[in-house]
Amino acid sequence: MLLEVEKLSVGIARINPLSDISFGVDKGEILGLVGESGSGKSLTALAVTGLLPLIGGRVTAGSIRFDGTELVTQPEAALRKLRGKRIAFITQNPMTALDPVQRIGPQVDIMSRLHLGKSASDARARTVDILTQLRIPEAAAICEAYPHQLSGGMKQRIVIAMALAGEPDLIVADEPTTALDVTVQAQIIHILATLVRERGLALILITHDMGVVAQVCDKVAVLYAGRLAEARAVFPLFATPAHPYTHALVDCIPRANMAPGALSGIPGAVPSVARYPEGCRFHPRCPAAQDRCKTVVPAPMPYAADGMIACHHPLEGGPHG
Amino acid sequence: MTSTVAPPSIRHSRLGQIAVIRALFTVKGAIAGGWILALVLVAVFAPYLTSYGYDIQNLPNAFSPPDATHWLGTDEFGRDVLTRMMYGARTSLTVSSVAIGISVFIGMVLGAAAGYFGGRFDRAVTVVVDLTWSFPEILVALILVAIIGPGVTGTMAAIAVAYLAQFTRLTRAQIMAIKNETYVEAARSLGASHTHILFRHLIPNALAPVLVSAMLATGDAIILEATLGFFGLGAQPPTPSWGGMMSSGTALMFRAPWIIIIPGLAVAITVIAINLYGDALIRALDLRNRMREG
Amino acid sequence: MLGYTIKRLLLLIPVFLAVSVVIFSIIHLIPGDPVDNLLRVGSGPEQRAIIEARYGLDRPLPVQYAIWLGKVLTGDLGTAIVGQRPVIDLVGQALPYSLALGASALLFSTVVGITVGVIAALKQGTWVDQTLMGGVLLGSTVPGFWLGLLLILLFAVQLGWFPVSGARGWTSLVLPVLTIGLGGMALVARITRVSMIEAAQRDFVMLLHAKGMHPMRIQLRHVLRHALIPVVTILALRIGWVLGGAVTVEVVFARPGLGTLLIKALNQHDYPVVQACLLMLAMAVMLGTLLGDIVQAAMDPRVRAAIA
Repeated sequence: MLLEVEKLSVGIARINPLSDISFGVDKGEILGLVGESGSGKSLTALAVTGLLPLIGGRVTAGSIRFDGTELVTQPEAALRKLRGKRIAFITQNPMTALDPVQRIGPQVDIMSRLHLGKSASDARARTVDILTQLRIPEAAAICEAYPHQLSGGMKQRIVIAMALAGEPDLIVADEPTTALDVTVQAQIIHILATLVRERGLALILITHDMGVVAQVCDKVAVLYAGRLAEARAVFPLFATPAHPYTHALVDCIPRANMAPGALSGIPGAVPSVARYPEGCRFHPRCPAAQDRCKTVVPAPMPYAADGMIACHHPLEGGPHG
Repeated sequence: MTSTVAPPSIRHSRLGQIAVIRALFTVKGAIAGGWILALVLVAVFAPYLTSYGYDIQNLPNAFSPPDATHWLGTDEFGRDVLTRMMYGARTSLTVSSVAIGISVFIGMVLGAAAGYFGGRFDRAVTVVVDLTWSFPEILVALILVAIIGPGVTGTMAAIAVAYLAQFTRLTRAQIMAIKNETYVEAARSLGASHTHILFRHLIPNALAPVLVSAMLATGDAIILEATLGFFGLGAQPPTPSWGGMMSSGTALMFRAPWIIIIPGLAVAITVIAINLYGDALIRALDLRNRMREG
Repeated sequence: MLGYTIKRLLLLIPVFLAVSVVIFSIIHLIPGDPVDNLLRVGSGPEQRAIIEARYGLDRPLPVQYAIWLGKVLTGDLGTAIVGQRPVIDLVGQALPYSLALGASALLFSTVVGITVGVIAALKQGTWVDQTLMGGVLLGSTVPGFWLGLLLILLFAVQLGWFPVSGARGWTSLVLPVLTIGLGGMALVARITRVSMIEAAQRDFVMLLHAKGMHPMRIQLRHVLRHALIPVVTILALRIGWVLGGAVTVEVVFARPGLGTLLIKALNQHDYPVVQACLLMLAMAVMLGTLLGDIVQAAMDPRVRAAIA
């Protein structure tokens, strides 16, 4: 595994928004990290990229191993060498991701200069090259533009170009298409998927769009209220979801052959960090909840071939039947 | 954000009553609030707190430094400085708070009308307000004093006009921010009149930030009042004011420095107290993000 | 940028006209006959006739305004009541002193204010931040003239480092600049600190960190640049503060500038001089605001785009 996250817990001030998260991703793989808003997806991304201190958070337990190195214990200076170079981050909103008062060129150039030690002119040549690879027309002219002169989709390509410029092994993309038009969303997802296949990168794709997950991901980790619900390969997860929450998520995907009115939502909402319930955090919304679910936290257990599930009563048989 | 139809104004006003007290629960807030309260009491009960008169001269006793009989010394006419400070607090506090009160009232009416109705009226108000806002308060005040003439009335008018722009801007920004909220739309669709919407929904909501900023402005107004007094344009002798005391103290500052140091210190401490208490209040009301002027 | 500058200059014309109407009105708004307000007490009828003819005081108000404005624009600011000298001479003598003081104070407040603000923001929440901001609060709540008096007592009288008053040589500038500058510095430092802290929370800063850049470089090259945009905006709007400060401080230090002239004229009811001083100060405020807008446009491509 290129990246292995094990029993990761994150604390911010006195609260613990993330507990006991485990998943892994290897080169050439796309891992979908899914869950509703507030489930802890973005925090996981910040933990992996070592950016938690920016929002006042820290890893309280567990490990994040990247290419054999333990990241949790690394000093900030060492993490900085990895960030941008081997682990790239694509933020949620391309509209606000670029420095609005700097031209596009220098914002991408800095990656080659910082991480590959290129000269200013070499860096620019490389920037133009990368932009061209991403099918950005007139790349040299775009370098002279300011972010406000570009469309949202174009900006997100620039952010992707920045991520690629450091020649990373792992890209963490935090909802890279949420802020974009539907047609542009498809293009961006296509670009990312192609990069993974062609260059053998590892990609963690954070999204709440189960449709996107089904299309491009190899594996899925489902988070609910700061805990892992289920982590499995994409095909069995969609075919036979084991966690009631996953099942509900899969049911939420609209399908062409659905009967009118069959599309259902999940009743209730993700509890906020301050109000996590006792026991399994999903139990107030779970149709299969029993007394034990209200008091005992289900630990993530191995499930099927290489999956994991944290549920006392998985849907289709399983260790606890 | 607001999914409920209940106007947040109700929440705010109930919160507000508690917040004035709750702001005192921090160390800074308690010290600051205590000073302000003490000062107001001193100003109100000045005649009962001192055995001297503010205008009783005692020439043989002029320039006596602070001692047991005159805690803060005497001035060039032998008048007790502490007594004059107490009466001066009356002038300073009354002039600045009345002036700011007038300014807030007019500013809220203008700002609310401009923000709510928009259009040409809004543009006219905005132009005038932006114009005065870019001019230093002291300059606006000096123009006003030039017209009305020196004295308490002139000073009050000058301060009221000088801060008008600030309250108009703030109110307008608050009204603009909430006039399209769900609960206002709901009231409007139920056939509520403009006056009802303005006075029952919009203005109460804008009240908290405007009042807090009025409080902070009162601090600035005290400085402005003292400055005008220092120029000899404020309350005229023998009425004591902190600025006036410093004005007459300037000529004597090498001989009797306490005559200028003490009133200045009083102004500084009072303004700091108002600022600290205002900060505590902003925190207690959780207004930080709403204090900006559009 | 040149086009923008010209456009902004043209926009100043209506503002100037509005301000000039207010200043023109002073003479008519004060109690008493405008002719008397422009004359020494006890002037004879022929002097009245001269003044009346000069300003067309028997004509309708708009015409009077036009005559007055025409004279102002050609540099004829009238005659001082006290001393009977041309007002333009008085103003001309005072202006350089005020400009030197205003410019130095502005420079001081900006440079020191931004530095203090940046340090406080970088050390946010530590004792450094608290000490600096405590000092800044002190600086913004002390009346300027009083601070000036204290500085005189300490540095001029006790220590004898600088002259007590007057305007001879650069040493006479130090205390006045400090007096105005501390207040202005406090303002700049507060805004700089807050907008640094706010800018540091913007999305793009997160991405800069994700790019592996050094935090100090991010703060000083990117965050600061953003933080300075609101600083410049507010500084431009409040450039008048510095000038207002100059008015009071000049009086304290007995510098022969516009402020001293204005306050003296106000106390002596010398209205032609009052009008001229207010007009000069108002123009200085307007030009300062213009300067701020231009700097802001130079700093932010989005502002340039909005006006192009």
